[in-house]
Amino acid sequence: MTTTVATAKEGTAGPYALSHLDALESEAVHIFREVAGEFENPVILFSGGKDSIVMLHLALKAFAPAAIPFSLLHVDTGHNFPDVLEYRDRVVAAHGLRLHVASVQDYIDSGVLKERPDGTRNPLQTLPLTEKIQSEKFDAVFGGGRRDEEKARAKERVFSLRDEFSQWDPRRQRPELWNLYNGRHAPGEHVRVFPLSNWTELDVWQYIAREGIELPEIYFAHEREVFRRGGMWLTAGEWGGPKDGESVEKRLVRYRTVGDMSCTGAVDSDAVTLDDVIAEIAASRLTERGATRADDKMSEAAMEDRKREGYF
Amino acid sequence: MSTLTAEELSATTLLRFATAGSVDDGKSTLVGRLLHDSKSILTDQLEAVERVSASRGQDTPDLALLTDGLRAEREQGITIDVAYRYFATLKRRFILADTPGHVQYTRNMVTGASTAELTVILVDARNGVVEQTRRHAAIAALLRVPHVVLAVNKMDLVEYRETVFAAIAEEFTAYASELGVPEVTAIPISALAGDNVVDPSANMDWYGGPTFLEHLETVPVSHDLAHCHARLPVQYVIRPQTAEHPDYRGYAGQIAAGTFRVGEAVTVLPSGRTSTISGIDLLGEPVDAAWTTQSVTVLLADDVDISRGDLIVPTKDAPPITQDVEATVCHVADQPLTVGHRVLIKHGTRTVKAIVKDIPSRLTLDDLSLHPHPGQLVANDIGRVKIRTAVPLPVDSYADSRRTGSFILIDPADGTTLTAGMVGESFASPVPVKDESDDDGWDF
Repeated sequence: MTTTVATAKEGTAGPYALSHLDALESEAVHIFREVAGEFENPVILFSGGKDSIVMLHLALKAFAPAAIPFSLLHVDTGHNFPDVLEYRDRVVAAHGLRLHVASVQDYIDSGVLKERPDGTRNPLQTLPLTEKIQSEKFDAVFGGGRRDEEKARAKERVFSLRDEFSQWDPRRQRPELWNLYNGRHAPGEHVRVFPLSNWTELDVWQYIAREGIELPEIYFAHEREVFRRGGMWLTAGEWGGPKDGESVEKRLVRYRTVGDMSCTGAVDSDAVTLDDVIAEIAASRLTERGATRADDKMSEAAMEDRKREGYF
Repeated sequence: MSTLTAEELSATTLLRFATAGSVDDGKSTLVGRLLHDSKSILTDQLEAVERVSASRGQDTPDLALLTDGLRAEREQGITIDVAYRYFATLKRRFILADTPGHVQYTRNMVTGASTAELTVILVDARNGVVEQTRRHAAIAALLRVPHVVLAVNKMDLVEYRETVFAAIAEEFTAYASELGVPEVTAIPISALAGDNVVDPSANMDWYGGPTFLEHLETVPVSHDLAHCHARLPVQYVIRPQTAEHPDYRGYAGQIAAGTFRVGEAVTVLPSGRTSTISGIDLLGEPVDAAWTTQSVTVLLADDVDISRGDLIVPTKDAPPITQDVEATVCHVADQPLTVGHRVLIKHGTRTVKAIVKDIPSRLTLDDLSLHPHPGQLVANDIGRVKIRTAVPLPVDSYADSRRTGSFILIDPADGTTLTAGMVGESFASPVPVKDESDDDGWDF
């Protein structure tokens, strides 16, 4: 028997239904335009990683044929992949953008921050980031964070209010109703904005493929000198690896995420095209962060703790 | 999955749905099973859950740890807030608004349901339709979620009997129809045993309908929204002022409802000026027509003064303009909403000053009775509100348009989102409560 009042039997995509990528794209563009309409001085966090590259692409489309009404901000850990820095500078020049850089190395050199014993600089990014936001008086800061990345991020709002210390308080978040984003903030406070909140890693890659977006080469399989630490392949380099007992070998690898060299691992891969990468991710049994981020493994709530302090 | 091309994978549609949670109804198990059986829980996530569960001395992995992401939630074993989860099948991508079932249910369910096209209401087959079920149905009706699924769970505990399911489904469907819920699909499941969740149940061969996941995969999205009253809230004016585009002046926004076509006569509200659409750019590409929920840029034939906050509508189909908005609201903030409260109202892309003139009634969700003139609304209250706005707003009835019939109230002092509002008549007030307040005398 059936007590169904009405059911959908036939195909689901009517003539007016948007594909999931079109729906996500439209939503992200709406978010960019809301910020452009409501804030005085927004900035896009740009690391040269795939998520921030997709953000930039969406922003270009949102305001075409005009220029993006935002500048970019890179938090430079001092341990960047050279390809990524080169990519960053090329993109900035190509689109006539303004780039701000907050440098972790400067903070270490001046003695404000101390190098950690494990060499990772990811947690050290928070202070340069938050001080730059204050000194430049940015009132909206776009981040490429996605809710699928991590369980604390699943709780994050699209418009996330931060206090004058850039802190995130998950208990005091504003409910987000319909698409009516509330960007009100007091002087000194700012709003972190996540246009890719509803995207997954696979969505990002499918969108990159569909739009033909160029990426730094390290996202594709290449031979690289790496060594094993904490279950991950790390790139040998001046930042502090390999240490005694760790041996370098040449492997065919690629990166799923791009961050600080000291804590971003490569994965074994022979994916050299976008289609290869998409197939590999669709079949992967590991999350992006589980596979390649050492800093998230520090504790059960590593991401939440960093976000509370002002990390993006 | 790996054999599909990028193009095939990206052609799927997106369904946003929400779960209506109450404690012990098996919601976490259902969410866990959906994520697990659609292979959306990856090895490292499962290992983390197993590790923590084992360290707490639990025999089996506690799947709630997958969804309770915050320290406080894990420490206290409660869910604080709405979380959004993502999973996919070959047919569709899903965004699940996972709403907690504790005491703050109303505002959380309103938050989750506001963007949902489908709401799942879980019922324990042993208990049938209870007060909480009616409350969930009322909120789904209030928010006008297009599809409601009644998942009659724990069928394994009633020997998979058809009569049990039929009685619950009948009672619920009758109640929901009374509330104006447009569509109810009832599915007998056991989230724990996996019956009819992803795979058809061998224990209930009397059931001929879709499994829960099949229904999620095939329920229509975007309905006939493209045929509704067309509405474009202007977000931003694009003026490149470059040598290449010296005169380009485009009105950017996400189409809230309906379809716009090049050549169509349009009116700009609230000014009432008219023009004709001379072009539509879909993120840089010119198109002949665009529809909800595409983000577009519209070009007009005439030089009309338009800015953020204006609403572009077809001249033949304009909404009423008013400074007196009547709505059903859900109060979502901890500080109360009182008569005389000065607030900001955000409607579409416009935020203006407003004042709460009257709170004619508060709704008791349990029995849908109205409490007249409560004086204030506190967190999680649903009530009728009359608001006077500083400038006229073009408002649709929420029944006609979820986007242009909704608004939020904001506290001007600290920016808190106070209240979620839905314009117009509601199921909650079939008999209008007599308004005894004087309309005159407001000095705004």
